[in-house]
Amino acid sequence: MSTLEAPVMTNRTVKRYSRNSLGALGIGAVVAAVLVVLPAFVGESSINQLTQFFSFLILAIGWNVLAGYGGMVSIGQQAYLGIASYAVLYLSLHGVLSWWAAPIAIAFCGVLSIPISYLAFRLRGSFFAIGTWVIAEVCLLVVAQIESLGGGAGASLNDLNRFSPNTAGDVTYWVGLAIVLISLASVALLLRSRVGLALMSIRDDELAAEATGVNVMRTKRIAYVLSATICAGAGVLLILSNLEVQPNSSFSVQYSAFMIFMVLVGGMGTFEGPIVGAIVFFALQQWLAANGAWYLIILGAVAVAVTLWLPRGVWGTVDPRNRRSLVPLRHRVSVSATVESGE
Amino acid sequence: MVWTNAVVQGLLLGGLYALFSVGLSLMFGVMRFVNLAHGDFSVLAAYAAYVLVEHAGGTPLWTFAAVVPMAAVVGFFLQHFILDRALGAGELSPLLVTFGLSIFIESALQQGFGANNDSLFLGPLSYQSWKITNTLYLGRLEVIVFVVAVALISGLQLFLSRTQPGRLLRATADNPRAAALSGVNPRRVRALATAIALATVAVGGLFLAMRTSFTPTSGSNDLIFAFEAVIIGGLGSLWGTLLGGLILGVAQTVGSQINPADGILAGHLVFLAVLAYRPQGILAARNAAL
Amino acid sequence: MTMLRLEGVTANYGHLRALEEMSLSLDEGDILAVLGANGAGKSTLLSLISGELKPSNGRIFFNDVDITHLDPFQRVRKGIALVPEGRHLFASLTVEENLLVGGSTRRQGSWSLDAVYDLFPFIKERRRSRGGQLSGGEQQAVAIGRALMSNPALLLLDEVSLGLAPVIVRDLYGGLRAVANEGTTLLLVEQDLTEALGVASQVLCLLDGRVVLTGSPDSLSQSQMITAYFGDGESAHKSERS
Repeated sequence: MSTLEAPVMTNRTVKRYSRNSLGALGIGAVVAAVLVVLPAFVGESSINQLTQFFSFLILAIGWNVLAGYGGMVSIGQQAYLGIASYAVLYLSLHGVLSWWAAPIAIAFCGVLSIPISYLAFRLRGSFFAIGTWVIAEVCLLVVAQIESLGGGAGASLNDLNRFSPNTAGDVTYWVGLAIVLISLASVALLLRSRVGLALMSIRDDELAAEATGVNVMRTKRIAYVLSATICAGAGVLLILSNLEVQPNSSFSVQYSAFMIFMVLVGGMGTFEGPIVGAIVFFALQQWLAANGAWYLIILGAVAVAVTLWLPRGVWGTVDPRNRRSLVPLRHRVSVSATVESGE
Repeated sequence: MVWTNAVVQGLLLGGLYALFSVGLSLMFGVMRFVNLAHGDFSVLAAYAAYVLVEHAGGTPLWTFAAVVPMAAVVGFFLQHFILDRALGAGELSPLLVTFGLSIFIESALQQGFGANNDSLFLGPLSYQSWKITNTLYLGRLEVIVFVVAVALISGLQLFLSRTQPGRLLRATADNPRAAALSGVNPRRVRALATAIALATVAVGGLFLAMRTSFTPTSGSNDLIFAFEAVIIGGLGSLWGTLLGGLILGVAQTVGSQINPADGILAGHLVFLAVLAYRPQGILAARNAAL
Repeated sequence: MTMLRLEGVTANYGHLRALEEMSLSLDEGDILAVLGANGAGKSTLLSLISGELKPSNGRIFFNDVDITHLDPFQRVRKGIALVPEGRHLFASLTVEENLLVGGSTRRQGSWSLDAVYDLFPFIKERRRSRGGQLSGGEQQAVAIGRALMSNPALLLLDEVSLGLAPVIVRDLYGGLRAVANEGTTLLLVEQDLTEALGVASQVLCLLDGRVVLTGSPDSLSQSQMITAYFGDGESAHKSERS
C-alpha cells in the first residue's frame, strides 16, 4: 500500500469576488445613490429619523470591528462617542463650523485612542471589558467638570441655528451618510488587507497566530483604533442631530448595551450583521420607546437569549458559511482539477 | 485632622468594597470571566430587603436571614441554567450574557420601583457614632459593617484553604482539566462559586443600602468598584482583594476631601495608575489561582 | 473477567481521524502496555477511556456498563483514573491538598494519604510544598498518588517516564508494580519500551490509529515489535502527518 500518489497538478486561482458579491456591490451602490438623493423626495422628519438610524448603525459597525473581528468585548466605546461630541462642541465654541468640526473630532478620537489602548491592553478578556468601562467613566467625570463645556448640565450646539432646520437637517443627514459609507468601506478594506487576515487569525487562535509571526498587539491595536474612530463618527452625528450634549447621556453605558444588542442580533463578525442588527434595533426602538424601561428589559432579555440560542445572530444564521456575503471579504480558492505534466 | 478622618472613613468604606469583590474574584478564578451583572445582584438584594421590610415590618437587619440564602439559591440556579450554557457557547458568551442580564435587571428594577433613591433605615443605629477625638467620629453602623465584612472575608479565606469544598474550588480554579480527571464535578463547583458570590454580594448590597442609598442602576458602580478592588489588590488571594478594597475606599474618601465631586474619580485614577505601573496588582500572589 | 471493552471505537479531531474502528478488551488484573510512535493514537485512546474525548462511533463498556457518554469525573467515580501526560498537578495547592482533591470521590478502597506516602516516601517530606515547586519526578509521583486516592479499579497512565531521569523512572515503576500487586488494572502508554515491557502482561501496538499487534511481551519478538512500532517504510512516512 503506497501513500504516494501520482503528482496531480491543480490550477488554483484565488478569487476575492464571487458573482453574488459583485451583484451585491452593485445593489449597495444603488442603495447608496438613492440615499444620497433622498432628501429631495422625503420630508424632514423622515430624514431626521434616518440620521438617528445612521448613528446607531455606525456604532454597530464600530463595535463589530472590535468584538466581532478583534475578539475584544469593550463596554467603554461610549468614551469615544462622548469625546467626539464634546470635541465638536469645543470646536464650534471656537469658531469652527460644526460640520467642518466633524472630521477633526473624529480624527482626534482616533489619535487619542492610541495612548488609551496602551492602558486598556494591559487587561484581557473580561477585565478588558470592565477596564474600558472605567476609562469611559473617567472621561465622563472629567468632562462633567469642564465648566466651559457646560459642566454636568451639558450645553447646546448653537452655530447651526443660522441655517434653516431643513438645510441643517439635510446637511447633517449627508454627513451621517458619508460617515456610514466611509466606515463600511474602511472595515471592508481593513478586512481585505493583510491586517484583516491577521486579525481573524488572532480571533480564531491567538497563540497560533503569534507563532506564525503575526504581530498580535499591533494588529489588535489597529482594530481598536479603527473601532474608536468609527464610534467617534456616531458621537459626532449624535451632537449634530440632537444639537445638545449632556455628559451623563453622551457617555452613557447604555450605548454599549445598544452596540452589543445590534451586533449580537445581527451577527457578530459578519459584515452585514451590524446593518441587520441596527435595522432590528431601530424598529424595536421606534415601536417600544414609548414604554420606557420595557424596551430595555426586552433588549437585555433578547441579548441573553440570542447569545445562548442564536449565537451567530440573524445574518450568521441565514448565511452560516458567509457564502452570500454582500461584500467579498474572503479569499476563495477555486480548484480546477486537471492533471498536468508540469509547466 | 480632616485627612486622618478621611483615611479612617475610607478604610471603613473599603472593607465593604472588598466584600463586593470577593465573589467577583471567586467566580473569575473558577470560570475565567467576570459576571457583569455582579453589582446588579447586590441591588436586587437591597430591593428584596426593602420589599420584605415594607410587607413584614421590623428592622431591616432581619432580612439578612432571608435575602442572603435566597441569593445563594439564585446563584446556584443562575449557574445551572444560564451561565453553564454560556460557558459552553464560546469565549465571549459569558460576558455578553451577563451584560444582557445586567441591562435586564436594571431596567426591570426601574420599571418596578422607579428611578428614585431608596435606603434601608436602621433607626438610631444609622446615625449614632463613637467619638474618638473632637474631630474624629466613627459611625457605629460603619464600624459594624467593616468588622462583619472583614470577618466574612477571613471566614471565606479559611473555608477556601481548610475545607474540602474550598480545596475543590481552588483546584478547579488552578487546573480545571486536572480537577475533572480527579473526579471533581465541574458543574457543582461552578454552582458553588456562583452561590457564594451572590451570597456575599447580597450581604454587601444590604450593608451598602443601610449605609447610604441605592437606585436601580447603582449596581453598575458596585461592579466597577468591585473590579477595581480586585485589580488594585491583585488576583490570587482574598487578602489582596481586601487590601485593594481598602486602598480604593481611602482613595475615594481622600479624593472627596480634596473636592467633593472627585471621590469616585480619584478611585478610578488610582486604579488606572496601578494598571499602568503594576498591572499584576499590589499583592499579586505568585502561583495562586484563587 | 472483562473489565474494559471498546467496541468499534472511532475518534476524530475535526477532520483528522485519530483512531479507527478500535476494539479492545482488558481483563481485571491485566497490565496493558500500549506502544506506538508519536501520533499513532495512544493518547487518543486514553482520552477516550477517561472521557475527555467522546467517540464519533462505537461504544465503551466498563464492568459491562456502557460508559460511552459519561464525563471524565463520572468515570473517576466509577473507578477509572487517568494520570495525564505532563502531570497536571494543581500548582498552587500543596502536595497533601493535591492528594486530598484526588480523594474527593470517596470511593471505597485501601488508598489513603498514608498509603500513598508509603508508596512514594520521597513526597511525604514535601507534603507542605506547593505542586509548582516540585521536581518532575516528585510531580509524577504526586500525580500518580492523586489518581490512586480515588481508589481506581483501572489506572490509566500517559507517558509516566517522559522527561524524567532513569533512576526516578525506576522508582516510579517500582511503585506501579506494587499498585498492580494490589489488584489494580493498569493501562500504560509509553515510549520507553524497556520499562513498559518490564511490567506489562499484555502489549498492544498502535500504528496510524489502528491496532497492528497484540500479545504478551514474551510471545512477541523484538523485530515484530519494531516493525509494529515504526511500520514498514511507507507507513512510517505516513504516520508523520498526524
